[in-house]
Amino acid sequence: MSLKDLTAQASAAQGYSYAYLDLFAKRELRRRILKAIAIPGCQIPYASRELPIARGWGTGGLQVTLSLVGPESVVKVIDQGADDSVNAANLRRFIARMSGAETTTDTLKATIIQSRHRIPEERLKEGQALVLQVPDPEPLRSVEANMAKAREMHADTDYGQMWLTLYEQLVRYKQYIQGASYPVMVHKRYVMSPSPIPRWDNPALHQAQHLTLLSAGREKRLYAVPPYTNVYPLEFSDVPFEVEDQTGRVCVRTGAQNKFMNELPQADGSSLFELSDTGYADKLVAHDPPGATYYDDQGNFYHDGYLKRQP
Amino acid sequence: MPLLEVTGYTKVFHIHHLNREIAVFESLDFTLNVGEFLLVTGPNGIGKSTLLRCLYRSYRPSAGRALYHSLQGQVDLARAADVDVSVLRHEEIGFVTQFLRPRPRVSALELVAEPVFDQGEAEASAKAEAMLLEFGLKTDLWHAYPATFSGGEQQKVNLARALIRPRRLLLLDEPTASLDTATRESLANRLADLKAQGVAMIGVFHHPEDVAHLIDEEIRLSLSQVSLNGDYSNVVE
Amino acid sequence: MMDTSSASPSAILPISLDAPRLIPHQPLVTVKGLVKHYGRIRAVDQVDLEVYPGEVLGIVGESGSGKSTVLRLLNLQEPADAGEYHLNIPQVSPRNLLELDRFQKREIRTLHIGVVYQHPHLGLRMYYTSSGNVAERLLVTGERTFSVLRRAARESLAASEFPADRIDDPPAVLSGGMQQRVQLAKAIALKPALLLLDEPTTGLDVSIQATVLDTLKHLQRETNITTILVSHDLGVIRTLADRVMVMQHGRVVETGLTDQILEDPQAAYTQQLVYAKL
Repeated sequence: MSLKDLTAQASAAQGYSYAYLDLFAKRELRRRILKAIAIPGCQIPYASRELPIARGWGTGGLQVTLSLVGPESVVKVIDQGADDSVNAANLRRFIARMSGAETTTDTLKATIIQSRHRIPEERLKEGQALVLQVPDPEPLRSVEANMAKAREMHADTDYGQMWLTLYEQLVRYKQYIQGASYPVMVHKRYVMSPSPIPRWDNPALHQAQHLTLLSAGREKRLYAVPPYTNVYPLEFSDVPFEVEDQTGRVCVRTGAQNKFMNELPQADGSSLFELSDTGYADKLVAHDPPGATYYDDQGNFYHDGYLKRQP
Repeated sequence: MPLLEVTGYTKVFHIHHLNREIAVFESLDFTLNVGEFLLVTGPNGIGKSTLLRCLYRSYRPSAGRALYHSLQGQVDLARAADVDVSVLRHEEIGFVTQFLRPRPRVSALELVAEPVFDQGEAEASAKAEAMLLEFGLKTDLWHAYPATFSGGEQQKVNLARALIRPRRLLLLDEPTASLDTATRESLANRLADLKAQGVAMIGVFHHPEDVAHLIDEEIRLSLSQVSLNGDYSNVVE
Repeated sequence: MMDTSSASPSAILPISLDAPRLIPHQPLVTVKGLVKHYGRIRAVDQVDLEVYPGEVLGIVGESGSGKSTVLRLLNLQEPADAGEYHLNIPQVSPRNLLELDRFQKREIRTLHIGVVYQHPHLGLRMYYTSSGNVAERLLVTGERTFSVLRRAARESLAASEFPADRIDDPPAVLSGGMQQRVQLAKAIALKPALLLLDEPTTGLDVSIQATVLDTLKHLQRETNITTILVSHDLGVIRTLADRVMVMQHGRVVETGLTDQILEDPQAAYTQQLVYAKL
């Protein structure tokens, strides 16, 4: 059914706006997004609208997607890398109904990719927008609970306490303990939480061809990493940042290696692994040639020298 | 060559809560030349110590001048800035008291070495050891804390500390008070050496006979019938 | 500078002192006309002071004298209502530091001033490691090498005579004296030009007081760091200070060499303070 049919069936007074959000909401969101792109990594507050899904289920990402989508857009929605997760499917159908846009599971075909907690394995290009769902946009939350003080710290580039936390981790645990949402420095100015993507995906933000938008609906803040922007994880010069070690992990479905895997615990205590990125896995199974990936089959990241420790 | 010219030197203590003034001495005049030894005498409590302290600026003189010919030019000690007095105390003018102020957990050697610490720790330590040896402090006390020493032993530390740095003018306030004869002799010898090197001295001595051979001039403070606000003031004879 | 309310008709005032001539340096710290109100209370009322390089200036007074307020103002952590404050070091602006903006003040405070508070929880993060507390000073200035941070923390804590095997203990589990050593290590980590001590040993056990004072003296002697020490305890002042400034009701009552203030106090209030010492 098309939107037209939908609205024709309901009473005329119930007519939905294009992409659900009214004109003013979309306009404000786009302005906020432009501002976020102009100040990479800086959290921009916005008036987060009520949506037919609850807070904490992707309303932030959804609002950004709805303000960007048009009838020509091709939309992919994933959750932890999977197109077929219930939440991803739910969001995808809603977006399609409200906008009439085409949907896909193919990373390379999508113009907008909304994702919770993962970046696809295939490299995104210019013209593509990655929209990440963010639960907590504030990377300083653990060191400074007071929002006003945290804002001052960002304004003054006063990240001493953040660095102190990393120092403490090294002293106590001999390693950085942050797994997902590992804080990064964007454009040498703002420390940003990249949303709970695994460490594996952090490097994909650096000098990317695509635009990354991150939005938190409940916290009412959005931020952006424009294309070709420097994004470095917070690390000491003599204790490098490391991504999750995928050595020895083979996807049971496709036989792929050196990509991010989901772990499937077995009854006997062992684990099997499968590719987290289902769209990529589907291509491999169907013998369709996938696009160039961020990590090659030997596990080397495509930007030389970015990751100090490679397999 | 004059080193210190004191004119009209007066000291009056003002005790505010009693609303009283206690005059100690008034209009003292004397001159001390380079390398001279001036002995200050008089009955107990007359103000000999007060005179020394005024010159050192531990007390503030009430009137008069104390023109000191320092290596950097003439300075009136009575009205010199506090920081200037600090400079002179560090470089030229020394004060030897009869009491040591030991600090907890600071050894005798460290106390003696402190005034020359700016010459490097090793150098200072070596000099301190030499001084303590000269004044005859037992070597096993060198690293002990002086608070537990006898009066005589404390005084040896005191003397060593006060004399370790070369001075042009030394003010000595009963330095031999708790000492045995041998140590008093040791001190007198040291003072003789210093005098020969051109150090001028103004001293109050419990046993003036120890330094009789060094004395060039004497100032005698005594009571007179001239009073100031009902209290007695002292004049020079 | 002397209280002239004595009823005696022939009261002689102390001789007023000349300006410094012999000392070869300019003062490191110059403060003129410092004023701070809290509502109607004049906590600091036209205070002038100078501190020369390598000196320890003691500020003594009872509660409410304004001495701690002066220290907070000199630490640029509170705005003053009036006055001039200059730090005579090449890296610092010749401008009045009280007029700098928040960001500039923070920079000066970080790089050039170290402070030790009476209460350790004011100066320390009690649940981070002690070494972390010290390392934070370097982190704030952009040090990003872990081994450098470790070494600097170790050295600074050693200079404060803090035990090497406890550098990773959080201040919360340390004794009062140890906490003050951590504060001291933190204060000197970047080798600042000026050290501010606000009642650093007050509240500590007497035996610990002695050892901490000792450390302070030792440190001052070794590094020759210019220090302003606030205390109500005359024993502390005598041990550490070269010169003393006496404050009452926000005003400076008298300034002088330590031994002179303690042995021949000129002003009525100073005499009161000194005579009251047990």
